Amino acid sequence: MLPDLPLHLPPLHLAVPLMAAPVGVLWRRPVLAWGWAAVVSAVTLLMAVTTLVTVLGHGPVSYAVGNWPAPWGIELKLDILSALMLVLINGIGLLTVLYGRASVQSEIQASHQYLYYICYLLALAGLSGMVITGDAFNLFVCLEISSLSSYALIAMGKGRKALTAAYNYLVLGTIGATFYIIGVGMLYMVTGTLNMADIALHMQAAPVNRTEVVAIAFLLVGIGLKLALFPLHKWLPNAYAHAPTAVTTFLASTATKVSLYILIRVFFTVLNGAPLLASHLWAEMLVPFAIAGMFSASLVAIFQTNIKKMLAYSSVAQIGYMALGLGFGTVNGLAAGIIHMINHAMIKGALFMAVGCAVLRIGTSASGAVRVESWQGLGRRMPLTMFAFVLAGLSLIGVPLTTGFVSKWYLMMAAFEKGWWLVAVLIVLSSLLAVVYIWRVVEAAYLRPALPGSDTSRCEAPLSMLLPLYLLVAANIWFGIDTRFTVDLAQAAASALFQPVTGLNGGAQ
Amino acid sequence: MSWTSLIDHAIGHYNYWVCVVLMMLGFYIVIASGNLIKKIIGLNLFQTAVIMFYISMGKIDGGTAPILVDPEKVSGPVVYTNPLPSVLMLTAIVVGVATSALGLALVVRIKEAYGSIEEDEILAADRASDAKEQAQYAASAAQAAKTEAAQQGHA
Repeated sequence: MLPDLPLHLPPLHLAVPLMAAPVGVLWRRPVLAWGWAAVVSAVTLLMAVTTLVTVLGHGPVSYAVGNWPAPWGIELKLDILSALMLVLINGIGLLTVLYGRASVQSEIQASHQYLYYICYLLALAGLSGMVITGDAFNLFVCLEISSLSSYALIAMGKGRKALTAAYNYLVLGTIGATFYIIGVGMLYMVTGTLNMADIALHMQAAPVNRTEVVAIAFLLVGIGLKLALFPLHKWLPNAYAHAPTAVTTFLASTATKVSLYILIRVFFTVLNGAPLLASHLWAEMLVPFAIAGMFSASLVAIFQTNIKKMLAYSSVAQIGYMALGLGFGTVNGLAAGIIHMINHAMIKGALFMAVGCAVLRIGTSASGAVRVESWQGLGRRMPLTMFAFVLAGLSLIGVPLTTGFVSKWYLMMAAFEKGWWLVAVLIVLSSLLAVVYIWRVVEAAYLRPALPGSDTSRCEAPLSMLLPLYLLVAANIWFGIDTRFTVDLAQAAASALFQPVTGLNGGAQ
Repeated sequence: MSWTSLIDHAIGHYNYWVCVVLMMLGFYIVIASGNLIKKIIGLNLFQTAVIMFYISMGKIDGGTAPILVDPEKVSGPVVYTNPLPSVLMLTAIVVGVATSALGLALVVRIKEAYGSIEEDEILAADRASDAKEQAQYAASAAQAAKTEAAQQGHA
């Protein structure tokens, strides 16, 4: 039985965290729940890395759940992009758990702390499930597992605004997910199948049909809501701003990225080679929304006094860049979108971790600790945290030798390749807006005097938070200089997605 | 397409009209209602419409449940309704119940924290506390700047 284990790895990505979550309920003490979550995250990260190595070595992996072959059974399908997403989700997950212990202790009341780790494991299971499945309806179920647990996670935030933020996210998220199943239902009406590759095969064979057009429109709006693509982003700033910082770090680096993954799946697997793709400019349709999001969200970010909200609006802008990469509709554009997806997970992860360190030490009310004014003089009080914030901020802006530069470079290259000069100029201009809002924080922290009555003694965050923070900052610099890992993998994933779907199981096994 | 066939087409698909009308009613309640519980009810209506959409799409007139029949007792082909949409909707119902439960639990907590479940009252309460906080921090930031300027002038 044991030698067969690697063969059964695909379902375990979903099953291990899902089964581990209820076990965590037994351990009421926060330390034990934390240890359990850390061990499970380490195991799933190890499995994700194994899967990535297998996929890179032997091509896509297909797994028939319950030994029912596709298209009748649920197929788990792991190509380079899915394996890459798995490593990203589980890597960020492990880092946030390690980082989260001190942060969760200060931001979530003691009796709820073990529930945080359980909800986190459920969210991890849902997110992993979304990227491994090859079945459109199965994806919806995993989407709801991760969404429901993230609503609960957000509601754990200090202060009553977390409750309304979670409620609004619940309403909009459910509408998004319901739009998604309406779309899937219509595709099922036309094709009679739920397996994504099988839907693609049926759609390739049939002429364009109005039901298909409506189905894809529903899917786009539904996924756009979960992705927080401008102008469907209204839930995101409040949810990120009022959630506990560890939750914000995890969700900002993984949840929206997985929604982008679903969008990529719909465009490049479900619509693979379909006449519908050519007759309607689906990808190009994203471009105006992406550019509008890049500018409007960055402009709004400049005027925020709440630093978490500012970074959340910045996330909406960055989602614009990723959607723009998709909108180019070329291999290089898609690769640029995937590169930015990975890089932005590292950038925003580091920025929110730095915010969490500051919140821990400023220690006033939940909303007071993330106000720009409270950060005055923080450069002297928490030099290491602020230095990390500055480095990650530079990466967000896209300064050379950081990952942000790499993503913007490849985005511009893709724009030039398309001959869209104006778009390339707009990418640079919107990056300049990031300089403004990051500078506001840096100015307050280094150049302004501390607020009267506030503690000015030097008081750095504990090592357990600084280490994961600096690990992400180091990743930002490392992958900004040595781009082989991120860029090569993203390009391989993108070109694999452009391969025509010719049969079930993608020709593997 | 002639008028009669168009009307036939519209009436023949009456099941979809029912779903669409219910769906839009639910959607309208979610958007227009200011009461947080009514919003959840609207959301339920919206989800139920989708469930009906799935069920009606799998239904065949005169179709039976998809159960294996004894070939000796029943002669000829058996027409059965596609069971897959119904099975999918069992999952969707579970998801819908979980969502409603979580949503209502949040409403209870919101009522405890704000003393109201009306959206406009909650927004007003948030705005009032924001304005208070804003004034407080702006005043202390101004005072900090003044103190520093005075110190520099002194030096």
